Amino acid sequence: MRKRENYSLNFGPQHPAAHGVLRLVLELDGEIVERADPHIGLLHRGTEKLIENKTYIQALPYFDRLDYVSPMCQEHAFSLAVEKLLDIKVPLRGQYIRVIFSEITRILNHILNLTTFALDVGAMTPFLWLFEEREVLMEFYERVSGSRLHSAYFRPGGVHRDLPDGLLNDIKRFCERFPKQIDDLERLLETNRIFRQRSVDIGKISKEDALNRGFSGPCLRASGVEWDLRRNEPYDCYSEIDFKIPIGTNGDCFERFLVRIEEMRQSISIIEQCIKIIPNGICISDDPRIVPPKRALMKSSMESLINHFKLFTEGFHVPIGETYTCVEAPKGEFGVYLVSDGTNKPYRCKIRAPGFAFLQATEFLSKGHMLSDLVAIIGSLDIVFGEIDR
Amino acid sequence: MKKLDETYVKEIYQLIKSLLNFCKYDIELKKGELSLYCSSNDLTKILLFLRDNPSLNMECLVDVTAVDYPNDDLRFLVVYNLLSISKNFRIKVKIKLQDQDTIDTISDIYPCANWCEREIWDLFGIRFKGHPDLRRILTDYDFEGHPLRKDFPLSGFTQVRYDSELSRVVVEPVKLDQEYRNFDNLSPWEGMGKYLPGDEKSNQK
Repeated sequence: MRKRENYSLNFGPQHPAAHGVLRLVLELDGEIVERADPHIGLLHRGTEKLIENKTYIQALPYFDRLDYVSPMCQEHAFSLAVEKLLDIKVPLRGQYIRVIFSEITRILNHILNLTTFALDVGAMTPFLWLFEEREVLMEFYERVSGSRLHSAYFRPGGVHRDLPDGLLNDIKRFCERFPKQIDDLERLLETNRIFRQRSVDIGKISKEDALNRGFSGPCLRASGVEWDLRRNEPYDCYSEIDFKIPIGTNGDCFERFLVRIEEMRQSISIIEQCIKIIPNGICISDDPRIVPPKRALMKSSMESLINHFKLFTEGFHVPIGETYTCVEAPKGEFGVYLVSDGTNKPYRCKIRAPGFAFLQATEFLSKGHMLSDLVAIIGSLDIVFGEIDR
Repeated sequence: MKKLDETYVKEIYQLIKSLLNFCKYDIELKKGELSLYCSSNDLTKILLFLRDNPSLNMECLVDVTAVDYPNDDLRFLVVYNLLSISKNFRIKVKIKLQDQDTIDTISDIYPCANWCEREIWDLFGIRFKGHPDLRRILTDYDFEGHPLRKDFPLSGFTQVRYDSELSRVVVEPVKLDQEYRNFDNLSPWEGMGKYLPGDEKSNQK
């Protein structure tokens, strides 16, 4: 009998199940994955280098373009880092608005991930049902910031502008309606035989391995580690809000799916609590060194006009120092390591993306699985190339 | 689990100072963040100690990164960002390196360091001794240079495009239709040093 040789397969970079521009070089024994070597960098735009050449205000919009399905959470990390170096406080209303929109972003991200994951393993309906809701959420984005995706809404010191009239009511109405959609999604998939066969016990990772491989966010929690930066290192007003952290036991694709479903429910509850207790007042710090003056004031006051001009050309100066600040982005721990040399531009800005660690573990997760399981694994890890390639 | 606040960080600071006594290092606490400076020879020892000591238990390596200071004698600063999930605190282990220095890989201690080290090699050109697979990761396959070094220009040296006559991708020197507009907006009133701007003549006699 002739000896069967291993088979090399080039998966991507243009493949609908690769969630972007992933090139995977696979070595297959029949249909079993022996080796998976992800080649990344096809979406590398040199964000970190660009940020070093921009002022702090100009650097902020680059964060929308990293993980383009959860933009506001990343602006949040950068804003918090700058605030920490500047040592300024965010007004309470600004903090609540940020938390509301962080949670909206989380739902936005999880809808995309869960439905495309389902699509990858053969279920079309969730995608059609839930993407309508994504559109509603992106309208909320548009109403506060003027754009659906690249919002540049969270700024050092607070949020760019206050909420428009009636928005909180609409968000509230959405929160009343949306849990039913989550239930529908769960009912469709949780007991679905095909979905279970494709995801239960696929891509299992134990607690120790998940920690060793730098996992964070829902993927770490699915392996049974109760770790959530919103609880363990609370930022903004998360310490005043009551929410549960769902954890799994098995750490397979199915549990990552379940954890995300439950996180959406918790997000709805967080938004509802915030709407109930959001105070009135200003939504961005009133420090004129960092925050531009009101447009109306600029029409009558020369000093305000000069202040505005200086802020948007020269920017503000950040004292010498460094910080690693992270937030619980929908995908996991998103951190910014910011080094300032006292000028108006960051000296170094390292972006720690959660997906980088996940993608690195694909080989570990997929070894010994079938080729078709690899697609389920990539889908369940929630990989977006904007943040991995930077 | 303890809350991460100032008193707790100070406790950890004292704890590490009392436990870590087998090599030379320098630990500092700034803005509630711990950094530990050590030499590159002690790196593996210190990381193993931080990971395995039951009262520290830093089981997670969050990130490895580097900073370039081209004017310093020790040009690079490599930063290992560690997290203890069971004890809820973070520490940064920092190492200063000269231009041509190599550093031991830690991918056998923390598997997730593998790609981080590849990234640092790619973007800064720092070599890791004993790394299983030190290839470029973020830049193009036959890229030259290390883009995050401060002496690498923002627009790079080469550009690629598809040439329809040759029907292949060609690499050529970078050609910008418009120069990169780098406005030096640093205000002369803020950074004023020894002389007044525009008053340079006063020093030349």
